[in-house]
Amino acid sequence: MDREPILQVNGLSKAFGGVQAVLEVNFDLFKGEILGIIGPNGAGKTTLVNLITGFVKPDAGSVLFKGKNIKGFQPHKIANLGLVRTFQVMRPYHSLAAFKNLIVPLNSPRVRRTSGGKLGDRDSVAIDILEEIGFERDARVPYKTAGSLPLGYLKRLELARCIALRPEVILCDEVFSGLSMSEIASMIPLLEKLQMEGITIMMIEHRLRELFRLADRVAVINFGRKIAEGIPKEVMEKEEVKVAYLGTGKRK
Amino acid sequence: MDILIYGTVNSIVFALIAVGFSLVYGVSRIPNFAHGSIYVLVGFLTWSFINDLKLNYALAILLSLIIASIIGLIIYRFILIRLRGLPTSEIIASFAVSLIILEGLRMQGIAGFKGFIGPFYVLQPFIEGKISIFGVFVDYQRLMIIAGGLVILVFIWVFTHYTKTGLSLRAIAQDEQAAMMLGVNSDRTAMISLAIGSALAGLAAVLILPLGNIAAEQGYRVLVYALAVCIIGGLGSWAGTILASFVLGFSMITSTALFGALWENVVLIGTIILILLFKPSGLMGKQKELEERV
Amino acid sequence: MAEKERRKKRFDRSVKVRSEGLYAISSWREMGFLAMPRLLLILGLLVLPLTLDMYWQRVLCTAGIYALLALSFDFLAEYVGLVCLGGAMFIGFGGYTSGVLNAYFEWSPFVTIPIATLGGAVMSTLVLIPCLRLRGIYFAIVSFMLPLFSVYIIIALGLFGSTEGISALDTLPNIWVEQYVVIGAIIVALFAIRRLVNEDIGLIFRAIKDNDQAVRASGISITSYRIKAVFIASLIGSFAGAYLSHLYGWLGLSLFAMDFSILPIAAAVMGGMGTLVGPVIGAIILTPMSEALRGFGQLRVVLYCLVLIGFILYKPEGLMNYLERKYHQFERWEEV
Repeated sequence: MDREPILQVNGLSKAFGGVQAVLEVNFDLFKGEILGIIGPNGAGKTTLVNLITGFVKPDAGSVLFKGKNIKGFQPHKIANLGLVRTFQVMRPYHSLAAFKNLIVPLNSPRVRRTSGGKLGDRDSVAIDILEEIGFERDARVPYKTAGSLPLGYLKRLELARCIALRPEVILCDEVFSGLSMSEIASMIPLLEKLQMEGITIMMIEHRLRELFRLADRVAVINFGRKIAEGIPKEVMEKEEVKVAYLGTGKRK
Repeated sequence: MDILIYGTVNSIVFALIAVGFSLVYGVSRIPNFAHGSIYVLVGFLTWSFINDLKLNYALAILLSLIIASIIGLIIYRFILIRLRGLPTSEIIASFAVSLIILEGLRMQGIAGFKGFIGPFYVLQPFIEGKISIFGVFVDYQRLMIIAGGLVILVFIWVFTHYTKTGLSLRAIAQDEQAAMMLGVNSDRTAMISLAIGSALAGLAAVLILPLGNIAAEQGYRVLVYALAVCIIGGLGSWAGTILASFVLGFSMITSTALFGALWENVVLIGTIILILLFKPSGLMGKQKELEERV
Repeated sequence: MAEKERRKKRFDRSVKVRSEGLYAISSWREMGFLAMPRLLLILGLLVLPLTLDMYWQRVLCTAGIYALLALSFDFLAEYVGLVCLGGAMFIGFGGYTSGVLNAYFEWSPFVTIPIATLGGAVMSTLVLIPCLRLRGIYFAIVSFMLPLFSVYIIIALGLFGSTEGISALDTLPNIWVEQYVVIGAIIVALFAIRRLVNEDIGLIFRAIKDNDQAVRASGISITSYRIKAVFIASLIGSFAGAYLSHLYGWLGLSLFAMDFSILPIAAAVMGGMGTLVGPVIGAIILTPMSEALRGFGQLRVVLYCLVLIGFILYKPEGLMNYLERKYHQFERWEEV
């Protein structure tokens, strides 16, 4: 694993009205690793992803992707640079077939560029991608309307949307939420495979046990601040982290 | 000097026209395209009450305003309530209502209804005559507009900050879900906002129409002006509406003075385009620019 | 004893179920099931002029114009998510361009119409660009305001004959050419758009309407695709405008009339939004009705607004959606 940071976040802050959603968050994401971002609900994790990927403009701080400052860039531009994200609240293009959902990323400038204009039939590329992540071609799952698919498939479809862009970094926002144990068990090898192909992954998660099977390091966010960072075992021993999740136990 | 005075008058005119629309949009996120038609309707109603029913001026105004509020309520209760949350349909439906009213006022020959056509419909100014201020002649009606406008704006401010209903309007405007959780009824508030918005359109009409005549075509123009002010000031921002009224009021008067009356619309659309290009959320828009952008 | 309740249950016709996907090619009956409505439509449109008398043929031409506008409105609203309240702008830009070219350069309509189609589309798109980066409601508002502003500006600058307009433009050779040009345009536009929305670019348009955030996150610039969509829609509208100016041989401020903005919307809602063909049919039905009511003056506007509201509130799916549903499904009372 390279120690070269592919994503550097410095002093990122954002307030919405009176609420400080994110405050002075710093961390580095190293190339090829899987970094977990954990913390109690409402801690600002999704806002962090929005800030990094251009959906929300930061009040302060900087975001460097491969050394380039991407603060203030439009989301589609950032995605075209190779930094993609999933959405926590899933909304596929429900009237279209599952594989048609991937036509959108396959038409992005990035894909056109990297395939040298010889992508071939986009439809079959889409179906191949879906098959690789577990949409059984024989059962014609890729052809089903996206709106009719169960949640496990939808989560994988969301991941497929990212994969179709041939990214270098994927920011996953709670990909495990709502899935059953067996569904998660089948997603973990998928993520490991992505890591082996050289993709760096940052995962926001609540399912700690499953996350720790994948993550090389974790960072803990609480009330918009990063309160701990390091390898999972060490981080979970820290006092501040326990307090963040469980409270102090003292009566008022 | 005369630019200053007439500019102020013009600005208050814009503010009066826009504030009703802005209130409805701010509170219930409904773009009420029927706004302009209520303005014209109140004008004609008042005229009819005075000339056909021989009512006293003040009574006629009061009656028309009440009717306007009721119409606003009806529009919401029977049409818009079913379309809440579908901005496309809200716009189309409220615009259809607007057309029904405006074109309906121009109909002739149905059940003996003569139709309001022609430039003869005039509302008398409240006080005739002019007065000289700093060497500039201003008619009393225009002064009344300034006075009336300020009173109305202050009243709205007080109403929304100190009365229970007014506060619930502001609550819904700020965060609909939170307000609903606290017991504010969203539909009732929307109905109230439409009633008030219509009444405001009517008030604007009775103050402004005496300056000229009443014509159904003005309904479209009024709607366009209200939209322009709200876009420039920021959809949903009340302070922005006022600021934009002044910006627009003064710039249009200035351009009329310098280039002639026909250029004022060019100035208007030019300002809109500039704002959309450089500050889409409006001069004081609540939403950050990036969120207005898609 | 439990009360027997009934409810309506909808079933897909077996022909439809079997004819989905690739299997449709495998049987004449199924192919017929799918192809027949389309053939009926084309034949119907082509045959229609032959069945009408002179007066109604003229009306058909006007209906064709509204049909083109309704089609472009439906495309923008249901397949791209942009509600265009100012169809009159396309008519005005297209009509003025072709009329002016004809009046000042004396080019034949067969030259001015294509040029005006392109020119009008370019102008409309440019003027709409500032609001394409923003939320949908801005597009609705700005598109509504633009026809009115165009009128004000033309009057202010005294352009192109100002309030009087320019008359004595060349008209098209004869009534048959007039009808078949517009019918041809409708058929071409209808099938082109239908094809387009299933191509990659059309899928992106629909994705933008469904979930624009995901599209942005997939590396696509929403603004640039919206510009393309508006350009396509305005090609259709500008053609209609250019055609109109040579239909009556006259251009004037009435090209920007509110009628051109409203009637297509009413036709689209009534005909069935999203079906593309519904709005066309809606326009073909609504225009003659509107003509028939011309004697009543403004009443007709009031009437079709009432119809519009009625449809929006009670039957928002519109005519074609209803028919399509009936064609593909049948209902049966079932005991619960």
